[in-house]
Amino acid sequence: MNITPDVVAAHQLTPSEYDKILSLLGREPTLTELGIFSVMWSEHCSYKSSRVHLKKLPTESERVLQGPGENAGIIDIGHCLAIAFKIESHNHPSFIEPFQGAATGVGGILRDIFTMGARPIAVMDSLRFGKLDDVETGERNQRILEGVVAGIAHYGNCFGVPTVGGECVFEKSYAGNPLVNVFALGVFRHDEVFYGKASGVGNSVIYVGAKTGRDGIHGASMASAEFTEESKAKRPNVQVGDPFMEKLLLEACLEAMKTGAIVGIQDMGAAGLTSSTCEMGSRAGTGVEIDLQYVPQREPGMTPYEMMLSESQERMLLVAERGRESEVVAVFEKWGLDAVRIGVVTADGMLRVKDHGQVFAEIPNRALADEAPRYNRPYSTPLRTAPLDGPEIHSRDLTGDLKELLASGDVCSKKWIYEQYDYQVRTNTLAGPGSDAAIVRIKGTNTSVAMSLDGNGRYCALDPREGTKLIVAECCRNLATVGALPIATTNNLNFGNPERPEIMAQIVECIEGLAEACRFFEVPVTGGNVSLYNETLGTPIFPTPVVGIVGTLETALPIGTDFKRPGAEVILLGGLGTPDAQQMGGTQYAKVIHDSLWGRPPALDMDYERRVQATIRELVRERAIESAHDLGEGGLAVTVAECSFGPAGIGAAIDLDSELPPELLLFHEGPSRILVSTGNAERVLAAARKNTIEALIIGVTLEARVTIRNRKRILVDSRIAELAGIWADSLEHLLHDPVLVNTNV
Amino acid sequence: MKVGIVVFPGSNCDHDAWYAVSQNLQQQAEFIWHNSASLGDVDAVILPGGFSYGDYLRCGAIAKFSPVMQAVKKFAKDGGPVLGVCNGFQVLTEAGLLPGALVRNANLKFVCRQVPLEVVTTDSPFTHRARKGQTVKLPVAHGEGCYIADERTLDELEAEDRVVLRYQDDCNGSMRDIAGILNEKRNVMGLMPHPERAADPLMGNTDGLTILNSFVTAGAAASRS
Repeated sequence: MNITPDVVAAHQLTPSEYDKILSLLGREPTLTELGIFSVMWSEHCSYKSSRVHLKKLPTESERVLQGPGENAGIIDIGHCLAIAFKIESHNHPSFIEPFQGAATGVGGILRDIFTMGARPIAVMDSLRFGKLDDVETGERNQRILEGVVAGIAHYGNCFGVPTVGGECVFEKSYAGNPLVNVFALGVFRHDEVFYGKASGVGNSVIYVGAKTGRDGIHGASMASAEFTEESKAKRPNVQVGDPFMEKLLLEACLEAMKTGAIVGIQDMGAAGLTSSTCEMGSRAGTGVEIDLQYVPQREPGMTPYEMMLSESQERMLLVAERGRESEVVAVFEKWGLDAVRIGVVTADGMLRVKDHGQVFAEIPNRALADEAPRYNRPYSTPLRTAPLDGPEIHSRDLTGDLKELLASGDVCSKKWIYEQYDYQVRTNTLAGPGSDAAIVRIKGTNTSVAMSLDGNGRYCALDPREGTKLIVAECCRNLATVGALPIATTNNLNFGNPERPEIMAQIVECIEGLAEACRFFEVPVTGGNVSLYNETLGTPIFPTPVVGIVGTLETALPIGTDFKRPGAEVILLGGLGTPDAQQMGGTQYAKVIHDSLWGRPPALDMDYERRVQATIRELVRERAIESAHDLGEGGLAVTVAECSFGPAGIGAAIDLDSELPPELLLFHEGPSRILVSTGNAERVLAAARKNTIEALIIGVTLEARVTIRNRKRILVDSRIAELAGIWADSLEHLLHDPVLVNTNV
Repeated sequence: MKVGIVVFPGSNCDHDAWYAVSQNLQQQAEFIWHNSASLGDVDAVILPGGFSYGDYLRCGAIAKFSPVMQAVKKFAKDGGPVLGVCNGFQVLTEAGLLPGALVRNANLKFVCRQVPLEVVTTDSPFTHRARKGQTVKLPVAHGEGCYIADERTLDELEAEDRVVLRYQDDCNGSMRDIAGILNEKRNVMGLMPHPERAADPLMGNTDGLTILNSFVTAGAAASRS
């Protein structure tokens, strides 16, 4: 086949990228080579639009054992233990085929973790869909949500990893472009770490796991293009996952690693055989030569082009010491898996792909893995369509507003989702879904790992830089609220088309905001994922960086977010805040009550935030408080309500003294605030004084009711049961009977 | 007292059972690989939760053909206590050690939740330390936990006091709210809820110890006799 400009364009390579290929090779590529370049140089694999800016992120600390560039970042957590964690997007496949798209997203990130030698102990998901009650797209959004959740459940539950938390948001801008970002975390000892390096000339290259089929060909380049009507025809590009196979692969890999015969190992993710061979060779400065006739194949007649680009799931490539291959193969045989020698590590730095001895591709590994084009794309000012000033805020029924907020998709209980996930398997989940941060203990030690996953497209649409800083602050605050010290970050940057300067500006601002906040809170970024071209028919999603931060704490029974008994004092750490009307524009109140977006995100004082976090961490560790809940979306009123939804049925009578308009007082989302209940108010106030933060005693817990007054005026008054019912069942109603959600009925 | 925990390819609650027995109950526990034809010198057996052989065909349908299940059948026939949790319950019904079957939950969705259960009988090695009528809270986590059987079998189970646990809230559509049952000899029990997930104070619930403590003391008694 001749390589015409049309063929080049069909591979989503630009003419100048093709020229670069010609000069790197010194000749015209074969079709197989062109396919290999097209996936390795795709946005998905090469980060060509974001790489120059990602360099701005802080990546080091005393705890970082492995920063970006490997399959996952690795962090020391003491006692010779380490954690590996990362996040990946599967946005495009999940839109085209929700169940398998999401399932294989889970499968892919799990392989990234155990390919390093770590046993996965937790998964979290950040999900964004169009609105479920939207007249035009609601039904489709429901279908996508149901498929994605079932896909995640199918894969994670069978694999045997608990899905311990995450977030789920509904916003018009994700209707044609849902976001499915999956986070996974694993644990291992320092001496159990493996890297994706093809070291040692003469060592064997071994293929393990599932057979190669024609599925997922060009998945990586599909994930790097905008959606058009033709995208639906690409459904066969979505891979199909088999979690049982992956569970066997996990156990076999961890067991094979113990033989000492494995030199390096990497999963076959995007672009399968291609990325694993050239990246392992590039990292080690070696060549890799394989012959495709030895690759286990699901169907006959596959061409080298198809085999190199296949994204069949549950496959790994490993390099074993010469002469010790049989030790590795024996372990895989025990688990009933294919393990076949398909090639050898060479000294010449080339990726050489043969089929029955005939050479089909011969490319320097570095050209593929490290010489991908890098673009410093032009950027202007971030795309912004929201006005600075919003409608006049005046509410006639604040209790009614609170009910509407509790019933809204973003705020309501996500029980319908997380009860489909096995969040307890492995019996380590001390705090699961619904907690500010999930806590997973490490058996045999007194250490637990806490993790939080968060995003906020609304804040970032108003101000990408400040919005991203707020997300980092929120994640760290979530961790502090359960008593953990934040130690490292991963991130998933979801944006529209970077070739548009106003979108590129969003990307740059978010990355710089992320860098600033991660540096400030001392949570270096050890890896992540960038998902661009999230546009449908020219409409981009909100700029949506999703941030995952992990921390550690001493293993103990968590104190929880819920009020425990009547008669405890309720204290607001961080104070009532000083919002203005513009800062209400990004809140859930603006979204739910006014169906609008305006203004600026809440103001963040990072130094104050850090002192609030130090205070709560101290109080949790001393167990000086009985409950703690971070104020997030929906503000103070929603937080008081959520604290009342515990099994004990304890609410609170809150008495405020504020000049703020009641709508702002109840619903603004100013950061750096945590609601606690305690029998030892003196201790709480002393800790706040020591850290020079505000702490207000605002009420007392009591049975069965939630009331909030300001200067004697009753703002909110309701039975807990009524609020809890609305909050708990709303998502199911939204899915199956949107009419019932009208809380005024 | 030594408990053998069977490991099928795809078992994923095997370590949880091991941890509950060895750490929370301080008894010996060891794994038994699925292609082992012998159970060794164990006093009791747990078939753990998970997705044995990927639950291909039907849950537990392939596991029943494994060599270890032939050994488990013999062990049960000789009166040894056998506890099947979740997928283990499914395997026991497929293997014919317990009557009935477990099918897709009524709402067709996986459910992970803590549920209240009534201890219906204490006349069993698995509940002799419980109180009849007592409510225990245990986690469930299954997609195929809806217990079904023909009317005669259900009547028989009730007449012979072989229903051990009943759901107090319907979570999967099980006939007569059955969550756990015994075989005729009362030495084999299958249940969908996970007692091993409610055995550690750090997990916030230790109701599972009621069952596990009964089970290991019964196993110890069996080994002495």
